Amino acid sequence: MAKENFEAALEKLENIVKEMEAGEMPLDTALKSFEEGIRLIRFCSGKLEAAGRRVEMLLEKEASLEIKTFQDEDSDGQ
Amino acid sequence: MKEILTVSQLNDNIKTLLEEAFGQLYVEGEVSNLRRPQSGHTYFTLKDDKSQIRCVFFRPYGIRNVRFELEDGMKILCRARLSAYLPRGEYQLIVESLEPQGTGALQKAFEQLKARLAAEGLFDAAAKKPLPFLPARIGVVTSPTGAVIRDILNITRRRFPSIDILIAPARVQGEGAAAEIITSLRNLQLSGLVDIIIIARGGGSLEDLAAFNDEELAREIFRSSIPVVSAVGHETDFTICDFVADLRAPTPSAAAELVVPCRSDLLDTIYSLRQRLIAAQQRFFEDQKNALDTVRARFRDPRMFLADYSIKLDDLHDRLRNYFTHHTQALGHELRQLELRLQNRSPRRLIDEKRFLLDTMHKDLLGGWKRYHDGYTRRLNNDAALLASLNPLAVLQRGYSITRRESGDDIVRDASRLTLGERVRIQLAQGSFRASVEKILGE
Repeated sequence: MAKENFEAALEKLENIVKEMEAGEMPLDTALKSFEEGIRLIRFCSGKLEAAGRRVEMLLEKEASLEIKTFQDEDSDGQ
Repeated sequence: MKEILTVSQLNDNIKTLLEEAFGQLYVEGEVSNLRRPQSGHTYFTLKDDKSQIRCVFFRPYGIRNVRFELEDGMKILCRARLSAYLPRGEYQLIVESLEPQGTGALQKAFEQLKARLAAEGLFDAAAKKPLPFLPARIGVVTSPTGAVIRDILNITRRRFPSIDILIAPARVQGEGAAAEIITSLRNLQLSGLVDIIIIARGGGSLEDLAAFNDEELAREIFRSSIPVVSAVGHETDFTICDFVADLRAPTPSAAAELVVPCRSDLLDTIYSLRQRLIAAQQRFFEDQKNALDTVRARFRDPRMFLADYSIKLDDLHDRLRNYFTHHTQALGHELRQLELRLQNRSPRRLIDEKRFLLDTMHKDLLGGWKRYHDGYTRRLNNDAALLASLNPLAVLQRGYSITRRESGDDIVRDASRLTLGERVRIQLAQGSFRASVEKILGE
């Protein structure tokens, strides 16, 4: 899990956009908000990057846990 | 040689025989004649359609091994030992554990467990953990084969292709299934790799879903620090697992949809927010620029104000003058109007008219008088001439005379009226004389 989670970032972004749209902030705050907004958009977009996923199995082996690739996912196409 | 036994000895022998011969038994049947005296032990009769047997369920077992309340008519499966009760010479089952059998009993047991856990607060909404909005890795406790895991994999991939899945395999039906599910759930928590767990199974009968009504599993779910979504059975199936989980999904597919956000929707949201942010930024700067322009337009050289004031002063001066001029003119006009009106009402004309009338009358009067005077003068003259012509004295001039009676002084116009000797006076043009009538001559 990332330190900054997607939902919080999205919520923050929504608030920034709303505040910017209200247009009642000082210039330097507006500049900072805009930069922060762009950063959040990059962060959120990054989280949405469509990279392949891992599907694995968690197994118990000799009293310890082991992770194996899940073989059955033939339809996943990865 | 016959051995004679006392009743006690016989029953004792029977008891030993029974206990050694049968050992541990599994017996199923229907509960009847249920009794629970002060001692806390439970007595009942287990029967089927042809036969019956007495049973006793001692309290220590009762507390540990039964998680539902027995009722008459309930079908149960008992693990028991056969024994004899010596004082009465009756044989009976000493029940060690029992579990409900059949839909009715299972349903009853389910309701009882549900009520008990609810009372303990295991289903409280306040205890529910919120689901992560966008999980990085999803733990799935289910059978690694079959439609359920396939549905979950398909739907999660379709909605958000980059979320990892960690499957903790467990049998979801049959003996020991509950224990396997608990172990897998525990393992997922221990791994520290997942931020949400789905417990899933397809639909089935109450017996099929029994593992998900297990009390230990319910407690394990309640203890889990990671949010758990229960997706057991079909929409209409409810299990204890559903109630205690942080979220209940009607089906495994629905669970996958609830846990994984739709990537394209999120992309749309972020794209739209990006557009709004940029638009707001641009508008913000335009507003700032406009505000600056407005201020700049309002900021001017103070000398300009002086010039303005000077112009304004002139203007006011002009206006003042114009005002007075105009006002004076207006007053003059008004005055003239009043004068005209006054003149129109002046008595002079009336006086003139009257004077004219008076003059005319005066002239008329004078004229009239003169005419009158002249007329009379003329008439007087005429009359005078006439008078003069009529003056008997004038006739006398022509030789006529007037004879008057002396006695009476009347003029004698008829000689016959005279008498002889009468005295008359005869007037002539020059003087008169007295005479006496001598003879009357007639005509």
